[in-house]
Amino acid sequence: MAKELNKNLLKKMLYDMMLIRHFEEKAGQMYGLKKIGGFCHLYNGEEAVAVGSVAAIDLKKDYILTGYRDHGHALACGMDPKGIMAELFGKITGCSRGKGGSMHLFDAEKHFLGGNGIVGAQIPIATGVAFAQKYRNDGGVTLCFFGDGAIHQGAFHESLNMAKIWNLPIVYICENNQWGMGTNFRKVSSVDDFSLLGTAYGIPGKQINGMDVIEVYQEVSKAVDQARESGLPSLLEARTYRYKGHSMSDPAKYRTREEVEEYRKQDPILILKDKLMQEGIVTEKEYEKYDSQIQAIVDEAVEFAEKSEEPALHTMYEDILVD
Amino acid sequence: MPVITYREALNQALDEEMARDESVFLIGEEVGEYNGAYKVSKGLLDKYGPKRVIDTPITELGFTGIGVGAAMVGLRPVVEWMTHNFALLALDQVVNNAAKMRYMSGGQFKLPIVFRGPNGPAEYLASQHSQALQTYWTHVPGLKVVAPATPYDAKGLLKSAIRDDNPVVVLEGELMYAWKGEVPEGEYLVPIGKADVKREGTDVTVVTYSKPLKVVQEAAELCAQEGIQVEIVDLRTLRPLDEETVYRSVRKTNRAVVVDESWPMVSVGSHVAWLISRNCFDVLDAQVELVASEDIPMPYNHTLELAAQPSVTKVVAAVKKVLYLGE
Amino acid sequence: MAERIPMIALSPTMEEGKILSWKVKPGDQVKSGMVLCEVETDKATMEYESPREGTLLKLIRQEGESVKVGEPIAWIGKPGEQVPDEPSPSRTAGLADTGQKGEMVESTRPAERGALAEGAVLAERGKGTTTSEASRRIEEGRGAATAGAGETGRKAPEGSSSAEEKSTFPLASMLSSPYGGSVKSSPLARKLSSELGIDIRRIPGSGPGGRVIKRDVLRFREAAGKMELQPETAFPIASAAAASSEQPPVDREIPVSGMRTTIAKRLSESFFTAPHYFLRVAVQMDALMDARSRYNAESPQKLSLNAFFIKLAAEALRRHPQINSTWKGTSIQIHGSIDIGLAVALPDGLITPVVRNCGGKGIREIDQELTALIEKAKKGGLKPEEYTNATFTISNLGAYGIEEFTAIINPPGSAILALGEIRKEPIATEADEIVIRRILRMTLSCDHRTIDGAVGAVFLRDLKGMMEDPFRIIL
Repeated sequence: MAKELNKNLLKKMLYDMMLIRHFEEKAGQMYGLKKIGGFCHLYNGEEAVAVGSVAAIDLKKDYILTGYRDHGHALACGMDPKGIMAELFGKITGCSRGKGGSMHLFDAEKHFLGGNGIVGAQIPIATGVAFAQKYRNDGGVTLCFFGDGAIHQGAFHESLNMAKIWNLPIVYICENNQWGMGTNFRKVSSVDDFSLLGTAYGIPGKQINGMDVIEVYQEVSKAVDQARESGLPSLLEARTYRYKGHSMSDPAKYRTREEVEEYRKQDPILILKDKLMQEGIVTEKEYEKYDSQIQAIVDEAVEFAEKSEEPALHTMYEDILVD
Repeated sequence: MPVITYREALNQALDEEMARDESVFLIGEEVGEYNGAYKVSKGLLDKYGPKRVIDTPITELGFTGIGVGAAMVGLRPVVEWMTHNFALLALDQVVNNAAKMRYMSGGQFKLPIVFRGPNGPAEYLASQHSQALQTYWTHVPGLKVVAPATPYDAKGLLKSAIRDDNPVVVLEGELMYAWKGEVPEGEYLVPIGKADVKREGTDVTVVTYSKPLKVVQEAAELCAQEGIQVEIVDLRTLRPLDEETVYRSVRKTNRAVVVDESWPMVSVGSHVAWLISRNCFDVLDAQVELVASEDIPMPYNHTLELAAQPSVTKVVAAVKKVLYLGE
Repeated sequence: MAERIPMIALSPTMEEGKILSWKVKPGDQVKSGMVLCEVETDKATMEYESPREGTLLKLIRQEGESVKVGEPIAWIGKPGEQVPDEPSPSRTAGLADTGQKGEMVESTRPAERGALAEGAVLAERGKGTTTSEASRRIEEGRGAATAGAGETGRKAPEGSSSAEEKSTFPLASMLSSPYGGSVKSSPLARKLSSELGIDIRRIPGSGPGGRVIKRDVLRFREAAGKMELQPETAFPIASAAAASSEQPPVDREIPVSGMRTTIAKRLSESFFTAPHYFLRVAVQMDALMDARSRYNAESPQKLSLNAFFIKLAAEALRRHPQINSTWKGTSIQIHGSIDIGLAVALPDGLITPVVRNCGGKGIREIDQELTALIEKAKKGGLKPEEYTNATFTISNLGAYGIEEFTAIINPPGSAILALGEIRKEPIATEADEIVIRRILRMTLSCDHRTIDGAVGAVFLRDLKGMMEDPFRIIL
């Protein structure tokens, strides 16, 4: 029941992944130039998971939540790169008015509910969003992303149990990039196959290739349909890989360059680009056009962030409570 | 005016607000079939059905987070914690999410959620079940915290809490559920953020809230027999704190005693005492006294547990101390 | 669109890095994430990954060179794309840090680029956009934060206003007394004493550890009124302070007691509304003094001289009722009862206990009443009816060695008799002999509205006569 893969969707997925990659590279550079501070977790290598998943849902009624490695999801949901870059710069024009930073990107309108800095904390919240969707019977589905580090949190297990008791329309997507900070996931997990972790709660699980955006799109589509139509939650483990360190302060000395290079050969952008070129859907020229368009967009985002004002001091007292 | 229990007052508040607004639902352990561990939700499952009165597994972190998520997208959850002691398991969801979502998103979200349940020492429950944990919540910007001490205030404040667009923690009390008081028929609200002068006096201000109000009222009676007129300020809301009502009273009496059943270190009571010292400095004729629980985990033994808490004797002694009497 | 690739911080604390080796050469295709070079940071040797895909067009910095964060190290773009010659590193530092595109500077000659670069550096610094700078500015701007918060009507965080509390609080002057040491006091006591103008160091404290509290200030205020009459003894600290070479003499204000307020009001009114005139006589007191001595010798109750004066004055008033009167504006009230007040000095003022109906009382009775009244007055226990509405008043400062003085009329009376010291003086007799006599000089102050000079004079002559020869009383 693979969804129809029209050319425009394929091109869009390529473009979105390229945008995320460029954005993240630029974010890394700006971090190196000390324009961005604190924790900054880049998504390079994992683009297919966010892009393929978002392509499978309808953001008019569906919602997305993720953890702190959230730039990719925010961009995939269509958030403005300017607002995101300005947020990373801590400017008043940032999507969270400079109060959230890298880990706390939000866009209520675009149904992107963050952005959460506590490992696994978004899992019960996403379950609550699905609860509300069911409460209102509005046909919506929630995608809940989290990493291989979060899957062992009690929050995950408590949530899956309740999602099943109440048949909530939610798809749990574990982005297994194989490294929980500097710890390999195998070292801290009783099972290598995370898709098994739903079975104790009667929730079907499946491992998918997180480097293949088409596979991600098709599998998430199936899970979403199941959630939407029969209110059944499901768990997907998307095997993927992060090229960068855990955060900008992590030189990633715990793994070899060869390992990284091995995964770079399966780069999601490269895979899709080659496929689309072979099939004549995208030409080299179009690809270059995307590249320079995106470069311009990202440069514009930096310029926007750069030129934006620092938040006025009084704004720190704002947005605490609804008046 | 009808006299009802604190428990019934809370039940009325829940009932009225659920009837008034479809988006209000009650979620927690034993709230449905069992009618509430302390019977606060009695009859609500029958009336509103399992969609809106939801029994949960014993997973405080999980169902509290579910409440936060539901609130983020517009529902108005009332999350019942069987006691605040167990809410420590949900601390992350309240402190890191409910209280911060609006701020971290630059004001994009409202979090209309109520967290409620009994707080404070009861009897014979020992260290894990007899704790006054209000400091944990009151410490956190982004939350509101209310602590009603009478059935009237309990109903009015819970209704206000449910209608508030912010996360509100409601501190009830196991020993208070059976307290009786006058509650008018018909609709009323008690505003969040307003203290109440429960007794007028001229000689000394006693600031308190929640369960110790009764202790303070008894102490005030005893003092009156000796000619000491105690003014009692019931804070009712701990965050945002109605400082002005406290100061107005202290400016009148020039003396203040704060009575708080939590531990003395970094407590609401010690904070209020500091505020008075700072903002009423020039009108104080004596140091501000704090009557708190002893700085110990709660013992099981009844004599010991009573001795550990604020008492009438302790309050009277503190009142006399700030009046320079009986030294 | 070629992009200039800057050196970035490869560790959080890295300020500059040394390029150990280039892993690519001009013309190479690079991919995002590919290692461009190895950089020695302050911590370790790190790999610098390419931030973008493209062709390495040019290496700007060579192996072995140390490059500051933000300075460009290479150009990446499309094959064959032109890139500008680089100015010397020191002149490009600022330009590089936003990673501007090559086109922006291509047309600029090196000299101008240098200037542009410096301008950019300054602009950057002015904007203070790096996070560390921003946080530092927030540190420095804390005062501004409070002010800004005020502008929007929001509260500054509590406890953050240490600056305001550091202002010129006169701690030393508050706490150190001229004798050293410090004063414990409640804030309210300090505020009250400051409002009342009382130096809190002089107030004895009754609170814990001698803390001065509100009640101490109020007690002291009462006492301060009394002390006013005896400044030498009342303010030992103040006079000691004045005498001290280290402490310049200072003004001080003494609170006005209720009694003093009354004195001030009534006597000012009397002196400024009643036209006073004064009649003086010298009285030979030998006969009266001898008589008093005789009576006192035979009686356990010692009669005071004042009782004699009251009795004799009462007799004189009986004979001259015009003196025993009150000006009422449209009438003059002649009092039926002769009620004589005697001014008595108290620590906090003066009071005039009144012996009522003196005309009908003997000296002994008058003396008994007077003694009781004075006793009460000294304890502050006189009731209003015991010290008001004297129809005539006597003030006696003889005890202080005053020869003679004039007194202000004590309303509602129309006259007051001021008595000086009784002292021996040489007197010329009718026979032109010099004798020693005990002389009392007295002055009668009269309200001219009720008492004309001659009336006052006759009264005083008759009184003098009775004082010199008490036997006349029965005439």
